[in-house]
Amino acid sequence: MSEGRQAPSPKDSREPRRAFLDGVRLGVGPAVAVFVLALAYGSSAVDEGWGVTAPVVFSALAFTGSGQLTVLAALSSGTVLAAVTAAILINARYVVMSVALNDSLHGGRLRRVLVAQTLADASFVVAHRGSGRFDVPRMVGASVPQWACWVGGTLLGALLSPPPELAYTLGLDVAFPAFFLMLALGELRGSGRAAAAALLGAVIAGVLLMVTSPGLALLGASLAVLVGARTGSRGDAAEEETG
Amino acid sequence: MRIWLSVALVTVGTSLMKASGPLVLGDRTLPPVALRVAALTAPVLLAALIVTDIGGERWADFEWTRLAGVGVAGMARLLHAPLLVAVALGIVSTALLRLLPG
Repeated sequence: MSEGRQAPSPKDSREPRRAFLDGVRLGVGPAVAVFVLALAYGSSAVDEGWGVTAPVVFSALAFTGSGQLTVLAALSSGTVLAAVTAAILINARYVVMSVALNDSLHGGRLRRVLVAQTLADASFVVAHRGSGRFDVPRMVGASVPQWACWVGGTLLGALLSPPPELAYTLGLDVAFPAFFLMLALGELRGSGRAAAAALLGAVIAGVLLMVTSPGLALLGASLAVLVGARTGSRGDAAEEETG
Repeated sequence: MRIWLSVALVTVGTSLMKASGPLVLGDRTLPPVALRVAALTAPVLLAALIVTDIGGERWADFEWTRLAGVGVAGMARLLHAPLLVAVALGIVSTALLRLLPG
């Protein structure tokens, strides 16, 4: 096992390419929303005295909207330790996602570590093929337009500082939740267990959102997957075969 | 200095969290129970993302025009509109609703 897991055979080589391009196509929708968010982030960073280089480098290397926005807000009134801790907590959901993704990654450990860096919320859900399996080329493809728009949007926002009400007037803040709803409609079709877990996750997120940030609400909502596992242990075999 | 230190620490921390699956589990595969949990990660995350995107921090960003736009997008998709078309319809609906007086 030291050489890692087997990659797809050469005869399947067209499949990863097709999945990658499919991912790029599916990544365009969230990339639009990412671009708008990045404009606001870049503009705010300049207002907070970050200059142009630091936010752009941060976007290129970290590629984490929620974490970067948290640092920007927390650092303006707190210490480095407080800002970094808050961002790490916000991003802790990546641990859950990375563990879930691990079985679907191919190649040696270094290759899998590098591929896992393309992990992003929208890419993760786009790549889900059901039953805990993920289409990794599709995930990577979906992250490409999002990463480009995140870095490009940060740069443009830092240079141009567009008025924040512009995106609101154009209704662009709908793009993210609408896109996630599109994916949810596909995910929940025909799976009662997934629907029950999703409903519980939404309720937990909604309640936690009353007292905390979206990042921590997302982390708390991930507990809903444990209830789904308990349902499975009772022997929901029929759904597992059909769903 | 504070800015660059924060950038470096969060970049490294996020990178390690994204790599935690391969780093911690290595070549080991998940047991069946954990696979069932993993299968629910995407739908649970999606549902929670919809709620947090609509509500914002402490529900301060909640607004009916956004909710209506998301609803229009969902209806369009259920009526078999292509994904990007459905999202675009949701965006346009919200923009138009915001033009209404009051």
